Amino acid sequence: MIRLERVTKIYPGSAFPAVDSVSLEVAEGQICMLIGSSGCGKTTIMRMINRLTSITSGTIHIGDQNVMDMDPIQLRRQIGYVIQQIGLFPHMTVYDNIATVPKLLWWDKKRIAERVDELLDLVNLDPDTYRFRYPRELSGGQAQRVGVARAMAADPPVMLMDEPFGAIDPINREVLQEEFLRIQARLRKTIVFVTHDIDEAIKMGDKIALLDAGRLIQFGSPEELLTKPKNQFVKDFVGADRTLKRLNLLRVKHAMLRNPVHCLEEDPSEKVAEKMIEQDMSYLLVTDRQGRLKGYVNLYDLRGHKGTVGDVVRPLSLTVKPDTNLKDALSKMLSYDLGIVVAVDDAGRLQGFLNTRTLFSVVGESYDERGGHWGRITADGRIL
Amino acid sequence: MSTPFSVLQQSLPYLLQGVWVTLVVVLGSLSLGLLVGLPLAVGQVYGPRPLKRIIGLYVWFFRGIPLLVLLFLFYFGLFPFLHLDFSAFTVAIIVLGSISSAYQSQILRGAILSIPEGQMKAARAIGMSDAQAIVHIILPQALRLAIPGWSNEYSVLLKDSAVTYALGVAELMARAHHVASRTYQHLVLYLCAGFIFMILTFLGTRALNALHRKVKLKGYS
Ligand SMILES: Nc1ncnc2c1ncn2[C@@H]1O[C@H](COP(=O)(O)OP(=O)(O)OP(=O)(O)O)[C@@H](O)[C@H]1O
Ligand SMILES: [Mg+2]
Repeated sequence: MIRLERVTKIYPGSAFPAVDSVSLEVAEGQICMLIGSSGCGKTTIMRMINRLTSITSGTIHIGDQNVMDMDPIQLRRQIGYVIQQIGLFPHMTVYDNIATVPKLLWWDKKRIAERVDELLDLVNLDPDTYRFRYPRELSGGQAQRVGVARAMAADPPVMLMDEPFGAIDPINREVLQEEFLRIQARLRKTIVFVTHDIDEAIKMGDKIALLDAGRLIQFGSPEELLTKPKNQFVKDFVGADRTLKRLNLLRVKHAMLRNPVHCLEEDPSEKVAEKMIEQDMSYLLVTDRQGRLKGYVNLYDLRGHKGTVGDVVRPLSLTVKPDTNLKDALSKMLSYDLGIVVAVDDAGRLQGFLNTRTLFSVVGESYDERGGHWGRITADGRIL
Repeated sequence: MSTPFSVLQQSLPYLLQGVWVTLVVVLGSLSLGLLVGLPLAVGQVYGPRPLKRIIGLYVWFFRGIPLLVLLFLFYFGLFPFLHLDFSAFTVAIIVLGSISSAYQSQILRGAILSIPEGQMKAARAIGMSDAQAIVHIILPQALRLAIPGWSNEYSVLLKDSAVTYALGVAELMARAHHVASRTYQHLVLYLCAGFIFMILTFLGTRALNALHRKVKLKGYS
């Protein structure tokens, strides 16, 4: 846990505080995103947390310890800090860069070597390829990953990350964000994360702290910032498309219709066709006995067919996971022009499906948790 | 009557012994200069203000006074005054080394200052003390950057070392002078001495360039 209470920083010789009475709390295992325009004091807050910069007034606690009561060097070794400019050491290999802190802690060689490999795997860099490279031989994104690995070397419970994905193109940035969230889901560090990018803040943050000129303007969950912006400044900052941005926050499992109508692959085609005509359906999802999605059939293929549904099933490539966010689900839906996406779990078992209508109802403010609905397939093949 | 050529032939071994003396004086003062210059540079960049002042004065002193004056001042003045009985050879190394430390401290200071600020920040951020950061992060990079400067420092010292003949150090120049004044073959002897100095400059510079290439960081242009 990190707790700031009325923290103020006035740099010597400066008339205005760089950070002005900021109070916020980051719970254990959560990510707090600091966002705000350039010069609003984000880096200064980070540097006060690990005492690279002195605190003018107010207190900062990590766990139940006041940072001012701790030895600064010991404090910094318990906090992984990814600085704004990455700051890899150019005269050291990737290995030595990551091993810097473990070496300071006098770990033995074998333990260091294992830890470096483990971290490189964690940030998705092949140890055998990258271990002995120098920073100049890495791309920007690879260097960022090494920077993150170095900050995590001694497994600090707290991480400060100052725009770790700042210098990266949007596509790779998204990849890094996904990886980061995957790692965080496992390691559950307490993280303060600086960004300039509101979408990144919404996607990654448990909490968002929006700053302006050193003052904390709003502090709350992404959901709160989007649905209850405190004032015009916040509204402008999150952007006019804040409703659409909520798609980033919601996951398929929040919106999908569960237990959709389906048949089994060994069902006789004739029987299924009869049912579909009766129910006015032209398409139907098909699973096996274990509930794994096999694809779909259409009425046209079933008519007059003597065998089982399994003979005429068509594959359905348009699947998502219950944890996929709705923005990705929507873009999939749009790019295939089908009007539906089907959710399957990691084992491929049918979980539910989404259509445009469910999506629209969810992003509207009238969102409520839904479930237990039965899908209906209309004559024109749409599933409601 | 001795010809220029026979004089040269006969005196060459004697001159070459002087090369060793010259080299010891140069390498000795170069090392002494580094040994003293490095802490001076670190002190001047990271030290407290009074320390920076003192180092500034030191540098100003050794850069501002002609070499010959310093040699005489130390050899005939300061050391006898302190009852220190140093040989001319030792004084030559001490004086040249001190002057070189002043110059090398400035070369190194420039190199340290050219290391991006982020390096120190990153080192402190991951929990290094300032001393650890300087030793493990800043200096290894700065020393590499300083090698071209040393190359220059080496050739300057090599040439300056000829002046120590004034104290009677039996280096190359002193020996050339000695032979010339006995045989009157000034032209060929000083030409020869000059030529040897040129070769030493060339070889030393080559060696330092090779070192530069060897420790150059992979991926740097
Ligand atoms: N060492 C310093 N001395 C004096 N003023 C400083 C110092 N560091 C930062 N400032 C000032 O404090 C304010 C906040 O700086 P800070 O670096 O925290 O901004 P930031 O939010 O991280 O900006 P960016 O997004 O550009 O990184 C700025 O006005 C800056 O000029
Ligand atoms: Mg900053």
